[in-house]
Amino acid sequence: MAALIEVESLVKTYPGVRAVNDISFSVAEGTCFGLLGPNGAGKTTTLEILEGISDADAGDIRFRGAPRDGRYRELIGIQFQNTALQDFQTVREALDLFGSFYPNHYPLEELIEICRLGDLLRRDTRKLSGGQRQRLLLAIALLNDPELVFLDEPTTGLDPQSRRNFWHLIEGIKTRGKTVLMTTHYMEEASELCDEIAVIDHGRIIEQGQPNALLGQHFPRALVRIPLHTLPTPTSLPDGFEARGPYAVAATDDIDATLAELERRAIARDELHVSTPTLDDLFLKLTGHGLRES
Amino acid sequence: MNLQRIFAVLKARTREFYRDKAGLGWNLFMPFVMVLGFAFIFSNPEQDLYKVGLLGDASASDAPAFVHLKHIDFIAQDNEAGAIEKVRRHQIDLLLDLRSGQRYWVNESSAKGYIVERLLLGSPSSSAPQASREVVSGRALRYVDWVLPGVLAVNVMFSSLWGVGWVIVRYRKNGVLRRLRATPLNAGEFLVAQILSRLLVVGSVTALVFVATHVLLDFTVRGSYLALVLVFLAGAIALISIGLSVSARVRSEELADGLLNLLSWPMMILSGVWFSLEGTNVWAQRIAELLPLTHMVDAARRIMLDGAGLRDVAFEIALLLGIGVLLLGIAAKAFRWQ
Repeated sequence: MAALIEVESLVKTYPGVRAVNDISFSVAEGTCFGLLGPNGAGKTTTLEILEGISDADAGDIRFRGAPRDGRYRELIGIQFQNTALQDFQTVREALDLFGSFYPNHYPLEELIEICRLGDLLRRDTRKLSGGQRQRLLLAIALLNDPELVFLDEPTTGLDPQSRRNFWHLIEGIKTRGKTVLMTTHYMEEASELCDEIAVIDHGRIIEQGQPNALLGQHFPRALVRIPLHTLPTPTSLPDGFEARGPYAVAATDDIDATLAELERRAIARDELHVSTPTLDDLFLKLTGHGLRES
Repeated sequence: MNLQRIFAVLKARTREFYRDKAGLGWNLFMPFVMVLGFAFIFSNPEQDLYKVGLLGDASASDAPAFVHLKHIDFIAQDNEAGAIEKVRRHQIDLLLDLRSGQRYWVNESSAKGYIVERLLLGSPSSSAPQASREVVSGRALRYVDWVLPGVLAVNVMFSSLWGVGWVIVRYRKNGVLRRLRATPLNAGEFLVAQILSRLLVVGSVTALVFVATHVLLDFTVRGSYLALVLVFLAGAIALISIGLSVSARVRSEELADGLLNLLSWPMMILSGVWFSLEGTNVWAQRIAELLPLTHMVDAARRIMLDGAGLRDVAFEIALLLGIGVLLLGIAAKAFRWQ
């Protein structure tokens, strides 16, 4: 698939800190690309440069193979992490205001339906709940029927149900062929939505690829764990297992073979636990600290 | 410049203003309170000029003719020592003891005391040359008539400075500007919309206050209404441009508030809104000449009180527009969304 946006050797320095340090990646059209990293990693700065909100000190950004021009702002949609709308306006008025800035429009009634704003049109925007507000901001980001949608931590602060609802909206956007470039703290969100991710720390991309492929590169498929006291002879571990505290643990790419080994040794499987590695584990392995740590 | 985008922002900002009932109320309430307050405080058309304390009975047949003079407030005093203390403190201008007939107290550092003493000791008119007496008639210029152009101008000043300057800083701080920047709306369109919206607000509020005070206080505008409208329009443009210049880059509402106060208070005091600067310190007058509000108040007062026409205030209108255009250019160049 052709790249919609390409970033090469992006650098941005603030006094005393290089927020973005030689970052390069490209986003294929119709895919969802996720920038992952802890607070201060440089992902929002990277996103702002791509949005045209701030300028890079160095580097090259190409949209559809060419430098961004005056029309770029008409072709992108942005949902900021922290933003405010003018006071004393209803949801409908906010949509009308932002809609008037663009020559192209997504059919408004359809957008209202997609973002489930139908019952909220006459409500003051200051009186929306967190989830309702994010849906309105998403609708504003989509008003101009953009080719590229930027979402900066779109579900931070939402309850789990609102977050899942929001993911369904993003899935809907993807099925309409939009390209999405997002940042997130939530690994589950990245796993759910992103076709490709880049893990950023200290302004650099430290790993990039498809989520499952990255996990496959860095971890065996599964960890099989069984309490030592359930073994007939705790001192004699099954093949492929090693002792970790009160458990015997096997990291394996072939779960069937591991289970067959346990059966062969007539080990009870009542307290057997099988887990798969997550992006959280990946980040921990790559950076030495958890994703949600600042 | 895209007119559709300018109109959309203008509409949104104006809507934000009139739906904010507290802000709207304050914008209308303040000038009313000021004008009506002055009308009430200075409503007595013939205030006594001097205050004289009297010890003894003024209605006695042997009381001197002095106690029947007009425009002197004669106040009976019971306690001689207390009354003398009032003279000492300039609370009364002179104390006359009618009981002895020959004694009075005056404070030599009191200018009013000096005049009252001359009146007590004898009228100089007896030695004045004979002159024919001419009679003129007409209503006295009330303080409220004199102060009204200034109060209206001050209201325009506050509304222009804070309604644009402070609001833009608030927009910058809470992320409204950042969100707008992400759209095709450009800085020029945004600023023009803010100016037009504020002119609409200032024009409407000033017109409303003007009409209401006209009905309540029955003042007359002796000069050209067109000139008056143009003076206020040019003044509002100059003051809005000051507000825009202050807000071009500032991120903190507190700093913006401080800067706007720093600009508005000298104008409040030195622009001749509350009292004439005639005869005051020459430096104060020179500084006043630099302030747009001075020219706005002066031109409006000349139109309303002296009957000036458009040509008479053309200089002030041109000056205010010049200040406006210059500062708007600076503000537009310095403006930052973030």
